[in-house]
Order: sequence, then structure tokens, then C-alpha cells
Amino acid sequence: MELRRDVFQAIADPTRRAIITLVALQAMTPTAIAENFDSSRQTISRHIQILTECELLEQEQNGREIYYHFNSKKMKEIADFIEPFRNMWDDRFNKLETVMKKYRPSR
Amino acid sequence: MERKTKVDAEDGKQELVITREFDLPLELLFRAYVEAEIVEQWMGTKVIKLESRKHGSYQFETTDPKGNKHGFNGVIHEFSPNRKITRTFEMENASLGVQLEFYEFEQLTDDTSKLSVHVVYESVAQRDQLLQLPFAQGINMAHNRLQDIVNKIR
Repeated sequence: MELRRDVFQAIADPTRRAIITLVALQAMTPTAIAENFDSSRQTISRHIQILTECELLEQEQNGREIYYHFNSKKMKEIADFIEPFRNMWDDRFNKLETVMKKYRPSR
Repeated sequence: MERKTKVDAEDGKQELVITREFDLPLELLFRAYVEAEIVEQWMGTKVIKLESRKHGSYQFETTDPKGNKHGFNGVIHEFSPNRKITRTFEMENASLGVQLEFYEFEQLTDDTSKLSVHVVYESVAQRDQLLQLPFAQGINMAHNRLQDIVNKIR
């Protein structure tokens, strides 16, 4: 339970969610991650540290560089991880329905 | 709100099925996928190209709040009006691979219709990664729900 609480706290922060989004697409070095934010390098390092501590990010040594990548297994531990995906499609389809209900063919 | 959209994603499979019933006649539902200006409205994306025909291709572009542009594209393999669209889908510069999508349109009554989207990914890992993307992006209401949970366990 201790661990799970950490995961939820980790993703409650918008900057940390943004970091996850970046790293989910490709493994990145801390420098490359920090370049995407206006915050100081220290602030971003702290966020990365929290994400690593709750195992959402994993370190990988590649030569002299450390790369962070997204630990999808950890994400799965969060209850019903499909729900946001379903919500996304539901929102999209609701919009489709609204648009088409108002739709009148122009010709 | 009523839950109309269903996602079936069996564990360990490289595919998933999204189904949804609409309060729309079949023709209107299908049209929402065919005409560029309508796609732009409900997808919230810019349509650069949409050739709604067999062997046609499409290209969309969205701009995120930071002003970064994200491209999506694919080719249409099958185009059967009011029945079926088979196409590929790829997020550009995302190394998430290409997915194959089967859209099946079905009439339920004169005023209602159903869409089922069968998506096949290159691997199980890729499917799972794609599934988790909206979660990571925090672009949806899920965040508020999670915030509630966080507050409760604190």
C-alpha cells in the first residue's frame, strides 16, 4: 500500500506527468528531459528522482550517459489503467455525436 | 454520464476493440469519418490531407499547448461507404510503430448506429504503451478522479 500511495502522488503533479509523457515516447537523458521545461535543472532532477523512487522511471546506463525509461509495468499497478484511454475515446465520440447532430448537409 | 464507449483489451494480446453506439443514423456516423472539415471539428485536429477512398491516404496535425506540432498519418486500404474503413495509423516521430485499424459501421435503427474499431498493434508491448499514453498525458478527466483517490489515502 505504501508503494501505491507513492505512485499516485507521483502522477498527481503536472510536471511529473509531463516528464512521464516525454519518457513514455522514448528513453531520455536527464539533460534532454530538462530541456523541455522552463524550471531549473535541480527542480527537474528532483521530479525525476521521485518518479524513479516509485519505479515509474527506470535508469539505464548507456556508456557514460544515464537514460531514463518508462516502466509500464508499474503503471499497470495503478487500478484500471485502461480507463483514461476509454475516457479519451468516449470524449472524442461524444464530440462526434454532438457535431453530427448539428450537421446539415450544405448541398 | 452514461457509459457508451467500451474498450476490450485482453491481457497479453496485441490488439484491442473499441465499440460505441451512437444516436445518429448510419449515414451521419460514416460521414463524420469521411469529410475533412467534420473530422477537424470532432477530432480537434488539423486535416492536411484526407483522401477517403481505397488506396487513399490521410495526414493530420495537432498543436499542443506548448505550440509543438504532432503529425499523424496513414493509408486507407479499404473504403466501403456506410460499412467499413480499413486503414493504418502512425504517430510521426514517436517510435510507437504503425497500427492497423478496422472500422466497422453498422445500422441499429433508423436513428441509431454502432461503430466498432478493431486495432492491431505490432506487439503486445506496443499496445500496452499506447494504452497508457492518455494516462501519462493527464489530458483527461482521469486526473481529477486520481486526485480524489490521492486525497483519500493521504
